Amino acid sequence: MFYEVIVNGKSHRLELEKAAAGWECRLNGQPVNIDAVITRGDVLSLLVDGHAYEIKREQTATDLHMWVGTTCFAVELRDPRSLRSRNKTGGDEKGPRKLLAAMPGRIVRLLVAENSEVEAGQGIVVVEAMKMQNEIKSPKKGIVKKISATPGAAVNPGDVLAIVE
Amino acid sequence: MYFTLPIGKISAAAYVRLRMFKKILIANRGEIAVRIIAACREMGIATVAVYSDVDRAALHVRKSDEAYPIGPAPAAESYLRMEKILDVAKRSGAEAIHPGYGFLSENATFAQACADAGVKFIGPTPHSMEMMGSKTRARQEMEKAGVPVVPGTSRGLVSPEEGEEVAARIGYPVMLKAAAGGGGKGMRLVHTREEFRSALESARSEAHRSFGDSEVYIEKAIVNPRHIEMQVLADEQGDTVWLGERECSIQRRHQKVLEEAPSAIVDPDMRRRMGEVAVKVAQAASYTNAGTVEFLVDQQKNFYFLEMNTRLQVEHPVTELTTGFDLVHLQIRIAAGEKLPFTQSDVEMRGHAIECRIYAEDPDNNYFPSPGKITLLLDPSGPGIRRDSGMYEGWNVPLDYDPLLAKLIGYGTDREQAIMRLQRALGEYFAAGIKTNISLFQRILRDADFQEGKLDTGYLERFLAKGNAAVASRAPERGGEEKSEALETIAAIAAGMFAVLDPASPGSKNGDTCGPAAIPSNWKRKGRSEALR
Repeated sequence: MFYEVIVNGKSHRLELEKAAAGWECRLNGQPVNIDAVITRGDVLSLLVDGHAYEIKREQTATDLHMWVGTTCFAVELRDPRSLRSRNKTGGDEKGPRKLLAAMPGRIVRLLVAENSEVEAGQGIVVVEAMKMQNEIKSPKKGIVKKISATPGAAVNPGDVLAIVE
Repeated sequence: MYFTLPIGKISAAAYVRLRMFKKILIANRGEIAVRIIAACREMGIATVAVYSDVDRAALHVRKSDEAYPIGPAPAAESYLRMEKILDVAKRSGAEAIHPGYGFLSENATFAQACADAGVKFIGPTPHSMEMMGSKTRARQEMEKAGVPVVPGTSRGLVSPEEGEEVAARIGYPVMLKAAAGGGGKGMRLVHTREEFRSALESARSEAHRSFGDSEVYIEKAIVNPRHIEMQVLADEQGDTVWLGERECSIQRRHQKVLEEAPSAIVDPDMRRRMGEVAVKVAQAASYTNAGTVEFLVDQQKNFYFLEMNTRLQVEHPVTELTTGFDLVHLQIRIAAGEKLPFTQSDVEMRGHAIECRIYAEDPDNNYFPSPGKITLLLDPSGPGIRRDSGMYEGWNVPLDYDPLLAKLIGYGTDREQAIMRLQRALGEYFAAGIKTNISLFQRILRDADFQEGKLDTGYLERFLAKGNAAVASRAPERGGEEKSEALETIAAIAAGMFAVLDPASPGSKNGDTCGPAAIPSNWKRKGRSEALR
């Protein structure tokens, strides 16, 4: 995952990759040793080289705020590859869940077959849009009941790509 | 007074239980309604809440045993409507009404209406309230009782000439005050004879507009006074005790912001003298139940009677923590006819307590009220911390009432420890979605003058003026630029981690610029997932 993060008007390049244990983080090209968990909605426990921070997230009508201790930072997060279709990860919701296309695009390939078991957050379909490829990930742990996407086909926002139960 | 029971000996406590109320109506809202409900529940008394249209989801409604609507949002159409509240008391079978503070709490007409309806008003009698409601009448009574008052007139000025004459005699600067006043309305500070007439004119018209009464009297202005008040309690059998002082000098626009007990300048001898005067004041008014006698204290530590507040005060918790008494329990027991369960010699102040009034106010916008939905609320607790709150996460703070959300009170063996504990707890206190004045208290508690107890009623205005200058130059505290920059990278990493760990939440859509409705709402998503079943 690659983000451009603008904090108080200053731009940072942030790379986050899921690793075997936790996340690999690079900030402006420099590796940073981090660990992070969301302890409750909008509260993140972040460890950076062993230093512990509790960060509170506040979404106002116009801005996204990160509160580090008592200091408030206005933050803008740009994700060039996001298709905004990622559903909540964690598999906390019961019942079947649909994978939906978030924006117009074209199916590039399928990463799993029907009736295969998937973990929450595992990629299922790759969609390309505006020359960017994006993995559409499973919103929950379960079985891929149906894949309605076919490689090469065009999709529109809201189209069902797959159903995970 | 007590009826005879067929069984032999029965303890005083058992008589008391027989006479105790079974159900109390709380004619208030917000943190004080929640606090009174808590006391009732502790005492095994059922509670009845009343609420306006915008308060249906308010915490006091959630916490009560019964709740009834009393009208639209404006207080004049709901919380100030005596007949509606008395009607609810009748319908619900409440035997007593606790008015809290504000609203109808110092309204003698309401206290009388309660008495006429056969409902016990938890507070003083209408007679005591009327005597203390007019500042000039209170001054006359106190002069009669030998209570020290600020030099001046104890009746309204008849003419500007008379006023100028009195001002010349007691010496400038003088203060013009509305007899019916409160909250700083109808008050003018006059430095010279030249200003006198126009100041009197404007004080009179403001008093008339605010209170429908243009009576204005004159007092010598005390330069940089402290505002120190004394808690009293009186039962209906004639016993009155004092429970120690509260230092309330930290005010803004005549509204208290931070209070503490004890005061840094009051020693045991001064405390006893103030307490005895306060008891004298209460007795002169045949006062019953909980009340507060306010004093102005000059730089030589002379104290003068200012006024009596005939209700439970917002800042009552600092007295509760330093004396160990529960004032709301005692108010209810006194109203039920019990004698005070202790005497003056049992009253001991121990430790130090400081209260911060947490308001929904924007510190970056001149402390303007900031209503709205609380999207996240992290509450402090732990050793030496008391929190009286009327808010909860997900609640929409209405714009119709006083912006007081909660009170955070720190308690310690001494002032220094109380400050340390409060600083710790303020750092843990966090509300998102609305603005609060939490950061103001963090700054005050760090201030050298505050830490040394150098306070007077002008402290906060000076402090804010000083603070604005510091903010303008953006002088960061310890660590300077470097620290701020380090935190900036933490904020950047946090924003990314929120996005990868919780991608469906609203925060992570920021910056995505694709078309509308691309992310289905939670409702839609829920609907879809359920339709698939």
